Amino acid sequence: MTESAILQKRSLAELFSRLIAAGHRLLAPVRRDQQVGFEPVSSPQEVATDWVQTTRPAKSVVFPRYEEILRYRFAGKDVEVEEPRPSAPSTVLFGVRPCDAASFAVLKAVFTWDSPDVYFEPKLAATTIIGLSCTKADPYCFCTSVGGGPGDTRGSDILLTPLDDERYLAEILTERGRMIAELAPGLFTPADAVSKERVLAQVPARFNGQDLAARLGRLFDRTEIWLEQSLRCLGCGACAFVCPTCSCFDIQDERDRQGGLRLRCWDSCGFSLFTLHASGHNPRSVQSERWRQRVMHKFSYQPERLGLLGCVGCGRCSRACPVDMNLAEHVQSLAEISG
Amino acid sequence: MQQLHSKARQLLESGAVKVVIGYARGSDPQRARPCFVRRPDQADQLIWDDRCQQNLATYLLKPEVKSLGKPAVVVGLPGLRTILQYAAENQLADQAVLALTVSDHDQVAELTTFDAIEKYLATRPSGLIPEQAEELARLARLPPEQRWAFWSAELARCVKCYACRAACPLCYCARCIVEVNQPQWIPVASDPLGNLEWNIVRAMHLAGRCVDCGSCAQACPENIRIDLLNRVLAQEVEAQFGARPGLSVRKDYALATFRPDDKEDFIR
Repeated sequence: MTESAILQKRSLAELFSRLIAAGHRLLAPVRRDQQVGFEPVSSPQEVATDWVQTTRPAKSVVFPRYEEILRYRFAGKDVEVEEPRPSAPSTVLFGVRPCDAASFAVLKAVFTWDSPDVYFEPKLAATTIIGLSCTKADPYCFCTSVGGGPGDTRGSDILLTPLDDERYLAEILTERGRMIAELAPGLFTPADAVSKERVLAQVPARFNGQDLAARLGRLFDRTEIWLEQSLRCLGCGACAFVCPTCSCFDIQDERDRQGGLRLRCWDSCGFSLFTLHASGHNPRSVQSERWRQRVMHKFSYQPERLGLLGCVGCGRCSRACPVDMNLAEHVQSLAEISG
Repeated sequence: MQQLHSKARQLLESGAVKVVIGYARGSDPQRARPCFVRRPDQADQLIWDDRCQQNLATYLLKPEVKSLGKPAVVVGLPGLRTILQYAAENQLADQAVLALTVSDHDQVAELTTFDAIEKYLATRPSGLIPEQAEELARLARLPPEQRWAFWSAELARCVKCYACRAACPLCYCARCIVEVNQPQWIPVASDPLGNLEWNIVRAMHLAGRCVDCGSCAQACPENIRIDLLNRVLAQEVEAQFGARPGLSVRKDYALATFRPDDKEDFIR
C-alpha cells in the first residue's frame, strides 16, 4: 500500500482547503501561551511550529474527557430514557506525532475487546490521521523503548516527514490516506528514493518494552520497590489525563428532581477512590499499590491480554508530573532489577 | 549545601529522625524532585536552590510517609507556614516534625517546635511580593467582562485531574467534596460549569487557610493560574478579618470562627 510522494510545504494551504471543502473537520496543533493542543484550523498559519509534543494528546477526538451516554426524565412513576446518538464528525487530525498515532491502536484494543463500544467506534471510524515525524525530541521521549520511533508509520494514514524547509516526504499508508491524497492529486508528486532517516530525531532506547511483560510479574510482591519509586507520588490524575493510551473511565449521574444525565468521565488509577468497593474495602489502599497498577497495566497486563504495550513513550506523564515521577526512568530500573 | 548534607546525615545517624524529606536533582536541569532520605549515606543527594519550589510539607500528612517514622522536612517560608497551619488545624503534634530551612548564606536553621517556627517566621518577610500584588491589581482593574473572559479561558482547560488538590498542603480532606455524590454537590463533567464550580469551591475552602506556596499552579498540567484565586481571597480575608494563615498556631481561621462581638448582625 505504501506509496511515497513529495508534498511542498507551501501546498498545505491548498490541501487544508480541499479537506475542509470535502466536509472534514480539520484539527491541528495550535499554540496558546505555553500550551500546544489540537484545535480546529482552516489554514497552515494557525498551526504551531517548533513543538516537541502537544500538551494533551489527540485522544479526546475518540474518547472525550466526558461524554453523555444517556439522559432520563421522571414522568410520574415512569422513567423516560433517551440515548443520544454519539456524534462522530468526519475528522482529519493533522500533525499527530508517531507515538500518538500508535496510541489509537491501544485505545481500539481496549474499546473493542469484547463488545464494540458504540461511543468510541464511530468516532475512530470517522478519524483520519496525518502524522508528522519528529525531527526533535526531548529527554522525556522514549518511543524507541516501547517499539516506536520518531519516523514510525504505525497508526498514521499519511505520514509526513519534513525533509527540508520546503518539502515533506509523504508516505501514503492506508486506503484512507489515499483518499485524502486523491482530494488534491496534483499536490502529491512522485518521490525518488528519498531517505527520511537523516532528518529524524535521535531517541536512544532505554529498555526493551517488548520483553518486559513476563518479567514484571516477578516483581509484583516486591513492595519495597514500588514504595521506593512512588513515595513522592501525590496521587493526582495528571499522568492519566495527559496519557494518549489511558482509557479508564467512571460512569456518573448528574440528576435533579426532573431527571438527569449519565456521563462517562476520564478516571485515573492514581486516585484513592478508583478501586474503592461499596463494602468499604479498597484492594489498592495505598499509593504504592496504585503506582504498581499503573506500571503493570501498561507494561504487563495489556501486552498479555491485548497483545500490545499500553505505553507509546510520548513522555507526557513525566513532563506533566508535579513531582517528577519519570516513567521511563522507573521502568528502566524495573527492567534492570527483573533482568 | 554542605551544611544541609551534614545536618541530614547527623539527624539520621543519631536516630533523631527516620527520614529527611528534601529535594534532589530531577529529570532535567530545570527540575528538582522530592526525595526521602532514610540512610545517612544518601544525605549527599539533597539540594537546595531556586528549583526547589514545591511545598514538601504536603507529605507530612501522607500515610505512607507517616509510616516511615519521625521526619525532618526541608522547607522554605511557605513550608514553615504550612506546618503552623497544620498545627492550628490539629493535624500535627508539636515536635512531631523537625523543620530544616536554609538561609541565603547556606546556613541551616533547625526548628524543632511550633514556637521556634513562629519566632523564626516573625523575623521574615511575609505577604505578597510587589510583582504578585501588581498582578492581582491588574486583574482587579479589568472590566468585569474581560475578567470573566480571562477566567473562562483559564478554567476551560481544566481536566479535573486534581493535581492542584494533591499538591496543596491544605487540601488534606480524606474525602473531598467532589467525591461525594449523594447528593452530587459539584458537577462531575469537566465542562465550563463543572470546572467553575470545582475551582470556586476549592478557592473558598482555602480562604483564610491558604499559605500561598503556589504549589497548586505549579502542579497544574494545563498551567491554569489557580494560585491567583487563592491570593485574591487571601487579600480579602486579611482586609476583612486581619487574619494571615500560617503565622501562628492559634486556632482561629476566619471562615470557621465565631465571636459573639462579630460586627455583622446576620450571624448573631
